[in-house]
Amino acid sequence: MTEIFDLITVGLFASAIRMATPIAFAALGGIFSERAGIINIGLEGMMLTCAFGAVATTHFLGNPWLGVFAALLIGGLLGLLHGLITIKFVGNQIVSGTGINILALGLTAYMSQIIWGSRGASDAVQGIDPISIPILKDIPIIGDIIGVHSPLVYILIIAVVISYIILFKTPFGLRIRAVGEHPAAADTAGVNVFKTKYYCLIISGMLAGLGGAFLSLGHLNLFAWGMTGGRGFIALAAMIFGGWMPLGAFGASLLFGFSDALQMRLQTLGILPPQIILTIPYILTIVVLAGVIGRVTPPSDYKPYKRE
Amino acid sequence: MLILKKNDLNLTGVLQKGLETFKVELKKIVPQLIAIFIALLVGSMVLLATGFSPIEAYGALLLGAFGDIYGIGQTLTQATPIIFTSLAFLFAFKAGLFNIGAEGQFLVGALAAAIVGIFFNGLPNIVHISLALLAGAFFGGLYAFIPAILKTKLGAHEVITTMMLTYVAIYLTGYLVTDIFKAPGWVSQTPLISPTAELPRILPPTQLSASIFLGIILVFLTYYTLQKTVLGYEIRAIGLNPLAAENGGINVKKGLILALVISGALAGIGGAGEILGVHKRFIDGFSPGYGWDGLAVALIGGLNPFGAFLAALLIGILRSGGMTMNRVTGVPIDIVTILQALVILFVAAPVFIKYLIRRGKKI
Repeated sequence: MTEIFDLITVGLFASAIRMATPIAFAALGGIFSERAGIINIGLEGMMLTCAFGAVATTHFLGNPWLGVFAALLIGGLLGLLHGLITIKFVGNQIVSGTGINILALGLTAYMSQIIWGSRGASDAVQGIDPISIPILKDIPIIGDIIGVHSPLVYILIIAVVISYIILFKTPFGLRIRAVGEHPAAADTAGVNVFKTKYYCLIISGMLAGLGGAFLSLGHLNLFAWGMTGGRGFIALAAMIFGGWMPLGAFGASLLFGFSDALQMRLQTLGILPPQIILTIPYILTIVVLAGVIGRVTPPSDYKPYKRE
Repeated sequence: MLILKKNDLNLTGVLQKGLETFKVELKKIVPQLIAIFIALLVGSMVLLATGFSPIEAYGALLLGAFGDIYGIGQTLTQATPIIFTSLAFLFAFKAGLFNIGAEGQFLVGALAAAIVGIFFNGLPNIVHISLALLAGAFFGGLYAFIPAILKTKLGAHEVITTMMLTYVAIYLTGYLVTDIFKAPGWVSQTPLISPTAELPRILPPTQLSASIFLGIILVFLTYYTLQKTVLGYEIRAIGLNPLAAENGGINVKKGLILALVISGALAGIGGAGEILGVHKRFIDGFSPGYGWDGLAVALIGGLNPFGAFLAALLIGILRSGGMTMNRVTGVPIDIVTILQALVILFVAAPVFIKYLIRRGKKI
């Protein structure tokens, strides 16, 4: 048993935060999309494309922050694409999202082969260095856990707070939720339903993009084939587990990030099979969806809106 | 003379009727054909932008897929598992269900078949193969029974539950073949199945197995079940309008459960066929995502069993020809994935295709 307790270190918690960051970014993206009434299972692909775009831009321009900017741009464009298909052309949301996921996998591997001559991994590029927060980093234990991280981790925390404020404390947020819950009523009240959905999808893609940029530039400093590895789907799980609330989703992401970090350390010990721990986020989500422990209700019926 | 004339008349009549039906059927797949055409066009632009000749690339692709026996065998081998998973997606979809977890049911069915193939020795060929296939169908169906119950009894949306269960299946089967059912050695895989459980290879030296016949039979069976049986009628009624179906005296919950379980069983048989015919053992990560392909293929095929079969062949051609294209022209194989995604995106937006058709007619 002592071996297990030895695993619970400050390092484990710090690593859990790193694991949680891309999931939480994408989960926030999922919230904006679903609050406006559109399912976005393309988060995985959006993240992957942006992880690639961030590395490619850094490779050519030499500045990782330009890479982050590129990720925001690409994410926004993919969000817009999902919007065009599902809003303008009334396409099925699941199909469009799946298409984006497959497109991302193909396009990034194709371009990786063209640029670096390998579809498996890119060359290493300059990443974004971690920063330490003065005062915070000097607090014992807490400082070691949250004091030194990639700037994107702190941007995430700001994004969580801002997302909450936007969604629940501003007129724009009220409009978003109205569009998701009752588009006809929102339309009658003078809200531009379609425009609001487009905005939300663009925000959704940009947030997923930040998650992707963190994966490639804040973690490994390169792009690898399929490097999101299902994190976009875990993000959907975190979003549901967190009840479509920014703080809830952030908490769920931390939990899933922790189980991921723990899983990697347990692998070295061979006590519990890592695959079993990896199933935890998915099983928890099913349990919550089924209402076994506290029921969650989606914020929308996700039907495409048609003006009468 | 008179008789001849009468026959002539009949013949033209039959021909005309046949032509009419053909025209009607053809019209149905026009959007799909346009989507494929546009995808190839956009694909050419990607090729041109990255310094390749689309004509050379597509030429090499076609040559690779049809050029020799090996290419044809490879094309059909690649298409086989997707036939099953596309039928799986389609069957549930007719009831209005989005089973995006065919990958999970496929894997569970595959492992079940592998275990039966390994452990039930001394059976006659036919019995052993049937037993392994049935195990695949049963466990695939059982795995789909979970989201079916969660949906009908607890209201959990099947899109999320089937997706989450897919990942559970990936990790669980992965665990089982790295631990309990692991063959000696470094690779995470089961031991080989007994020779009595092997589906015969029908085009040696390629990997094409009799599994494709099973797929073709299931194409007809799926069509028949959906169009000509009471169950099929009920499933389609539920898919069109569950409330009206309920009012019409159809047990909607039962219909939904059956649709999802049969869908899972179809995917499970596909997994079993892949193990018994191609790999002869369960290797961790052997499926490159056949379950996810099923969704795409069913949609490209216009949600019709025969269309899905043709669409599966199309993907088979792309995959098998893609390898040759890569070897001959140096175009990254991933262009094939890009093409597949583009077809899905264009098929996803039927209104876009209709808009194009309208524009085309004006010009």
